[in-house]
Amino acid sequence: MHRSLLVHVYGWLLLLPAAVLLIAFTHYPAIASLAQSFFSPKSALYPSQFVGLDNYATMAADPVFWKVLKNNVWFAVGTVPASIVIAITMALWVNGRIPGRGLVRMAYFTPTILPMIAVANIWLFFYSPDIGLIDQVLSNFGIRGHNWLGRPETVMGCLIVMTIWKEAGFFMIFYLAGLQAISPEFEEAATLEGAGRWHYFRRVVFPLLMPTTLFVLINAMINSFKLVDQLFILTKGGPDNASSLLLYYIYQVAFSFLDESYAATLTVVLLAILAVLAIGQYFLLEKHIHYQ
Amino acid sequence: MKHAVTRIISSMAAVLGLLFAAPAGAAGPIELNMYYPIAVGGPLTKLVDELVAGFEKENPGIKVNAIYAGNYDDARIKALAALKSGKPAQLSVLFSIDIYELIEQDAIVAFDDIVKTPEEKAWLKSFYPSLMANGTFKGKVYGIPFQRSTIVMYYNKDAFKEAGLDPNKPPSNWTELAEMGKKLVKHDAAGNVQRWGVMVPSTGYAYWMFQAFAMQNGQVLMNANGDKTYYDNPAVVQSLQYWYDLSHKYGVMPKGTIEWGTLRADFLDGKTAIMWHTTGNLTAVKDGAKFDFGVSMLPASKRRGSPTGGGNFYIFKKTTPEERVAAMKLIRYLTAPEQAAKWSIGTGYLATSPAAYETKTMKDYVAGFPYAIVARDQLPFSTAELSTFQTGRVRKLLDDAIQSVLTDKATPQAALKAAQDQADPLLRRYRSAK
Repeated sequence: MHRSLLVHVYGWLLLLPAAVLLIAFTHYPAIASLAQSFFSPKSALYPSQFVGLDNYATMAADPVFWKVLKNNVWFAVGTVPASIVIAITMALWVNGRIPGRGLVRMAYFTPTILPMIAVANIWLFFYSPDIGLIDQVLSNFGIRGHNWLGRPETVMGCLIVMTIWKEAGFFMIFYLAGLQAISPEFEEAATLEGAGRWHYFRRVVFPLLMPTTLFVLINAMINSFKLVDQLFILTKGGPDNASSLLLYYIYQVAFSFLDESYAATLTVVLLAILAVLAIGQYFLLEKHIHYQ
Repeated sequence: MKHAVTRIISSMAAVLGLLFAAPAGAAGPIELNMYYPIAVGGPLTKLVDELVAGFEKENPGIKVNAIYAGNYDDARIKALAALKSGKPAQLSVLFSIDIYELIEQDAIVAFDDIVKTPEEKAWLKSFYPSLMANGTFKGKVYGIPFQRSTIVMYYNKDAFKEAGLDPNKPPSNWTELAEMGKKLVKHDAAGNVQRWGVMVPSTGYAYWMFQAFAMQNGQVLMNANGDKTYYDNPAVVQSLQYWYDLSHKYGVMPKGTIEWGTLRADFLDGKTAIMWHTTGNLTAVKDGAKFDFGVSMLPASKRRGSPTGGGNFYIFKKTTPEERVAAMKLIRYLTAPEQAAKWSIGTGYLATSPAAYETKTMKDYVAGFPYAIVARDQLPFSTAELSTFQTGRVRKLLDDAIQSVLTDKATPQAALKAAQDQADPLLRRYRSAK
């Protein structure tokens, strides 16, 4: 009896450091945001007061909120599947016995280690009309003067392309690790059975990579909602919010509008979206995953 | 509950502060913390350090910690956060348009309440009046101009010659801008535009550029109390129509929005014959231009006009009387004619007082580089930068309206009416206050 109590105390003590950090930096801020979303913002002229669901009503009527939410969905749809397909392709390629394998792997991984702000500064000049790299190349084919970042029709595509370029190499590393964990016996067996390479990939390799895919999918989804550094440099959300994303809008509301309450309200929505995404993916994909 | 936590933390901080501060002693020097932002290129932190070192040498009793705090947004966030925590700054350079936000947070004191002697009172009046507009609220001065800019027109004289125009006669009104712009546009054999007539940036600071158009058309965008905007005034709608027409009717400017950050490179690369940009870019253009360039005031419609921009000094409320006096001493030193001249030459910002342009340093510089004076000559036509209560929101409404027009999503009338209709309820409650 006495001994088991000690074991419990011991266990809790072991848990304590992680628990303190989690509560202080994850759970408390989340709950504080939820609480704040029911109050009006505080200033010396107008003290904070309880306003119930007013902030949520404001949000529902805020066209910019709906626009950034829609943008974010398109951004996720544009970046996530493409990054994953490219990551798998690159991983298969550099997993084979090709000359200069180390060099190619490093080349694919390089965009990942560059800071996003630096990358955005480089791409800002790539996309620049006429003087930019892309327009320079296109001008050889007689196509000129695209205002890539200055038109609402093209700006989101530009962000998506840059993000895929930045992220695919990172996901490749996970797929590479996954591929190397697959025993070579499978390939020998498949070859003996006369399976083609595509068949082998589709029936053996891809299913065995599912745990990696789940991990990458969740990360890519979450990233598509939390990576906004590039917006500060490239577009500041413009033109007319055509490239703004939810988290960037939260930043604007909190630090440019200084409206902590409305920022908290938007944060609650972001948290809810991310939670639903993560949980949903676990439940939907669980039955397709073969853990070895 | 929240208050209890804050109290515990701040008392802990106070104890810690005592522990560390004790050796400095009770009779130690006054210590001032000052945040400042940098929004243009160049080794400006070094220049600030030099100026501060000069002050400390003259005033051994005052120690100044000048802390570089990123861009204007970062600096405001850091200063306000420091205010909420135990270790506030005594003074800071912050965006001149943050004044209403700082007043709403009850964070700053008016200089009128600190100055005592007639000499100090005279000092408050020694700056260019149009630079004081953004720092004054209900008759009291809260912000002293420091790093202040305005918009000027840069033009490529070689392109003017090539187009058969007089390189010493830049467009002086809207009609000329459109007419000369047409001549300056150059096509290649396939009919693609090689050089545009004019570019006005419309990302990042669209509202600021637009203020110039509106002012030239004879209309300001907000009142002096910061509680009313005039976005849908007919003169304002007309000026947005003109901006739109530059690309869609006259064909002298590319369609869509034009990036603030790359425009200088476009101009230096000859992709546009004329650009509107901040004076803060003057030194960089001077160093980078491989062609003969000119600088002039912006063209006029009914009158000339440009907004001012940039950063002001503020003194925070959470300060002792001694700290306020010391802070004002520092500000007076940094804005004195000689220092203001040095600062202006090193940055391209305006020297903030007429006396600074009378110093030998400045006169010598202007003699070798006459364009350094264009911004000053434009000051009499200048207006305050867009700034109201709820300024972040109210400004973004205008930014979005401008961009939606320039990208063909809305007409000037509809976009500005919608912006006005959304700004009005945000500002209504401030009209009855105090």
